[in-house]
Amino acid sequence: MLDKNQIAKRIARELEDGYYVNLGIGIPTLVANYIPEGVQVVLQSENGLLGMGPFPIEGEEDADLINAGKQTITTVPGSAFFDSAMSFGMIRAGRVDLTVLGAMEVADNGDIANWKIPGKMVKGMGGAMDLVASAKNIIVAMQHVNKAGESKLLSKCSLPITGLGCVKKVVTELGVFNITERGFELIEIAPGVTIDEVKAKTEGRLVVEGNIPVIEV
Amino acid sequence: MNKVVNNAEEAIKDVSDGMTILLGGFGLCGIPENCINAMVAKGVKNLTCISNNAGVDDFGIGLMLQQKQVKKMVSSYVGENEEFERQMLSGELEVELIPQGTLATRAMAAGYGMPVIYTPAGVGTEVAIGKETRVFDGKTYLMEHAFKADFAIVKAWKGDTQGNLIFRATSRNFNPLMAMAGKYTIAEVEELVPVGELNPDHIHTPGIYVNCIFQGINYEKRIEQRTVNLKI
Repeated sequence: MLDKNQIAKRIARELEDGYYVNLGIGIPTLVANYIPEGVQVVLQSENGLLGMGPFPIEGEEDADLINAGKQTITTVPGSAFFDSAMSFGMIRAGRVDLTVLGAMEVADNGDIANWKIPGKMVKGMGGAMDLVASAKNIIVAMQHVNKAGESKLLSKCSLPITGLGCVKKVVTELGVFNITERGFELIEIAPGVTIDEVKAKTEGRLVVEGNIPVIEV
Repeated sequence: MNKVVNNAEEAIKDVSDGMTILLGGFGLCGIPENCINAMVAKGVKNLTCISNNAGVDDFGIGLMLQQKQVKKMVSSYVGENEEFERQMLSGELEVELIPQGTLATRAMAAGYGMPVIYTPAGVGTEVAIGKETRVFDGKTYLMEHAFKADFAIVKAWKGDTQGNLIFRATSRNFNPLMAMAGKYTIAEVEELVPVGELNPDHIHTPGIYVNCIFQGINYEKRIEQRTVNLKI
């Protein structure tokens, strides 16, 4: 089974040199800690920054310099600031190569729900709907089941939808899944996890074919 | 031409009950602190506020919510605010949640003189309910209208007496867009300089969009999520 950092590390292997990447809040943020050597990526923060750097050293926080999670951050050489319309303009125009975000539910046709639990959590979609509607490649990082033990990889989302047919890949503590016309295709499995466990915890259509390699951690 | 006023109180003197106001800022970053405080002091009510966020309980637009001055909030994300949640769930406050890029681009459209935009954000979701859609090159888009608002209130880092504005770092965010979208735009700045001092190549918002400008005071610039790496 993978922990949060190992999920992030596995996703980081999807990064290619020259990628512009938008990382969501939570596990996706951790991906920045595992950028492979020799790979240069530029991180986009949708509040108006390309070239996001690490958190500042204590005492060097700047109230004017935050990320989309409202955390104080820094910039790296080559960074650029812009307004929110241009920020979503570059997303809409398909200039951002990869978006990594969390989800409450993903369906086997690539639908995603991650913004609202009716009656419980109604905080708003922020930039999630814009990102999922336009990003070329969307990877979801999430736990395989919810707190009640129910599968989050479903045949149909039960929560309000954020976007339709947009997720390309899901990485959970149990494995890596490509989303194709056939559903969730298990392409790698986490160490110590059995295929039966993956089957038991996946409600949506699951495809397991041939030898499934174990994720290197 | 005289766009300069002395303070926030003077700048917002024509803001009255029931108006629609666009406000710049992302979270607490780049919000027009002085004008918000002045609107709280003035007690203007039944406002519709269009702003990406709604502040926190005791800062920013949250202060106006506490005084029940806001009738409707149009935002993309409204977490981190208990009073907001209470008013929303009790039905005292009307809330319209819209995707962040749609919010930004509807403001931009107003400033560019375009009545609508088409965006794929929200297609197939509850955001799309009742909205016209069109298919371009096989992809479905929602038609969204440019904002119409009585006032826009923004905060810039520097401005000159003709209303030209320069923003700093990520406090730019929605400010230049809101500035373009108001019928009457108020800019508060950390530093107001005489005309001619700003390099024309560095201007983010040309003064044509700004009706009124003043140098703000006592900026708190509160940080919402202070995250640091420890000194080694």
